[in-house]
Amino acid sequence: MTPEIAKQLLFRMMRIRYVEETIAARYSEQAMRCPIHLCTGQEAVSAAVGLVLRPSDFAVSGHRAHGHYLGKGGNLRAMLAEIYGKKTGCAGGRGGSMHLIDESVGFMGSTAIVGNTIPVGVGLGLSIQLSGSDAVSCVFLGDGAAETGVFFESMNFAAVREIPVLFVCENNLYSVYSPLHVRQPKGRKIFRLAQAIGVEAEHGDGNDVEAVYAMMKRAVADIRRNGGPRFLEFDTYRWREHCGPNFDNDIGYRTEQEYLAHRMQEPIKRQHDKLIQSKLLAPEELAAFGESLRVEIEDAFCYAIESPFPDDTDVRARLYA
Amino acid sequence: MPESISTASRQLTFAKAINEALNVALEADDKVICYGLGADDPKGIFGTTLGLRQRFGSARVFDMPLSENAMTGVAIGASLNGIRPVMCHQRLDFFLLAMDQLVNNAAKWFYMFDGQRSVPITIRLILGRGWGQGPTHSQNLQAWFAHIPGLKVVMPTSPADAKGLLLSSIFDPNPVLFIEHRWLHNMVGDVPEGDVRIPIGPLRVARGGCDITIVSMSYMTVEALHAAEYLQERGVSCEILDLRCVNPIDWQAIFESVDKTGKLLVLDTGAETGSIAGEIVARVAIERMGSLKLAPARLAMPDVPEPTSFGMTKGFYVRAGDVAHKVLDMLALERGDVDAHLVEPIPHDVPGAWFTGPF
Ligand SMILES: Cc1ncc(C[n+]2csc(CCOP(=O)(O)OP(=O)(O)O)c2C)c(N)n1
Repeated sequence: MTPEIAKQLLFRMMRIRYVEETIAARYSEQAMRCPIHLCTGQEAVSAAVGLVLRPSDFAVSGHRAHGHYLGKGGNLRAMLAEIYGKKTGCAGGRGGSMHLIDESVGFMGSTAIVGNTIPVGVGLGLSIQLSGSDAVSCVFLGDGAAETGVFFESMNFAAVREIPVLFVCENNLYSVYSPLHVRQPKGRKIFRLAQAIGVEAEHGDGNDVEAVYAMMKRAVADIRRNGGPRFLEFDTYRWREHCGPNFDNDIGYRTEQEYLAHRMQEPIKRQHDKLIQSKLLAPEELAAFGESLRVEIEDAFCYAIESPFPDDTDVRARLYA
Repeated sequence: MPESISTASRQLTFAKAINEALNVALEADDKVICYGLGADDPKGIFGTTLGLRQRFGSARVFDMPLSENAMTGVAIGASLNGIRPVMCHQRLDFFLLAMDQLVNNAAKWFYMFDGQRSVPITIRLILGRGWGQGPTHSQNLQAWFAHIPGLKVVMPTSPADAKGLLLSSIFDPNPVLFIEHRWLHNMVGDVPEGDVRIPIGPLRVARGGCDITIVSMSYMTVEALHAAEYLQERGVSCEILDLRCVNPIDWQAIFESVDKTGKLLVLDTGAETGSIAGEIVARVAIERMGSLKLAPARLAMPDVPEPTSFGMTKGFYVRAGDVAHKVLDMLALERGDVDAHLVEPIPHDVPGAWFTGPF
């Protein structure tokens, strides 16, 4: 772990956090008119994977994809414009928050049907294998997605053909408001399922960004060298409501106590304190980064807000290639 | 079986009417179970399943893994041994994962095993629309389902129909898809108390009239009624037939109305090509050509996915104004002040001011 990487991990997490929290703050203006699923609290995986993968590697994701998209290097202005439904959005306003894409950095798409992109990521991996390159295809999924049929079918195929795929499962304990224990047997870990299918798998603390980075780095290097797949499960926690900008600990599906306990573990403060204490990061440097972030994000929101809406003629365009 | 039938009615929302039907069914028959993603969560599937778990216990009302296809097969298996499952999906789109179990098992079982056993399952599917639900959260695929022999497909509009038809669906010996439009959930109407069932099949005359027959379904009936009110002032009397079911379709009632008015407009909540509206136009043309005084017409969604952007959904949906335009054009009447009376509401992408997202 070089000091530079340790800092980059923090900065990348902060950037994702700041974007998400600004979306949350502005959502009530009623100008972002689409469902949004924020990843506040879960930034470590996105930040780490972004440093491990190359732009030529692929990634796909699901409904909670803002962090994954930004982590992979996706264009922030285009993402916000998409959420605002604008012509300049990364999907021209057709997709909204749940359908992000930035092919220029290998982010090949995120879709809203849970499990939907798991086989797509495997297919991208198959294409890598066929072309003989050392690229990797990364599939982001949640604990809920590990209950879909297509999860098992895709993992099986990836295993039998040794496809260069990195499955990254963020286990945040909930699928909407359904806790893990009503959906999966107590005590069984998701990464053990992957192992049983024949995929090398590990499990780690999703709040320890350096540990996440180290595990990912090893897994990706291994895939590049020896082929895939690999499966990583990270324990994490989402702070805000499943869909929308608010906190919802009052509605009864989880307790305030549980929320506070997880919040204590949060990845950003942890990395921040670590770097400050070990004097790897000077307060002035942090402040300067914070300021550049504020400027960047303000600019991106202005861009999104000021961009024009697509119009009627766009509706029927590009239905077929 | 219904024991005490009471017909006293009060005003309920569509969502509350669904909730009441589920309560009545679970109470009436301990073989009824109800499950789905979020069936017992704090939001209770837009309020429709609230309180059920508390009242009937978690053996009969429960959440499920995110496994739509498997859990549909599980419903089928349970139903083969006497259970009456009601499965709930927050969006129709999520249920597409279960097409194999639905089409190859549920719809075929009774026929392919020579009538030995039927599959009495009910599957509630909620249709999304607006507020950026976009291409994968707003699909109106009732025509797909109606196309499959062996399924019944119910699409109520009024709260009373929602309750009465859901009860009939649950106690029907066949698989029934019960499709609820999200924009109806907050609509209020008279709903009778008790175990009052409405038969699956007959349509409802939502408004009597003599100049033109408008056949519609689900939320489109609401728009049709607004249009008809305006058209009445212009001296045009519309007969609105609310289908209630898109399989079976009440052909007799449609034919009789067309015999009377000689004109037909069909409204559909789904995309135009291959729509239920197309089927109705076709069959009326085939069987009632002699009654028709004009070419029949249809209004449906454009043949493109629903985009997310607020900018692209303006004017995208068929609204009362479009219906009125179409009727006036068909009757060769001036459009006159229709645009002033039937404006697309602002904002256009929500069912009412109460809706501020994000679901
Ligand atoms: C096939 C399907 N079923 C249901 C849904 C509704 N839904 C949206 S997100 C979600 C929860 C997914 O949980 P998980 O995979 O753990 O991701 P998280 O939201 O926790 O990030 C569900 C059930 C859906 N989008 N697709």
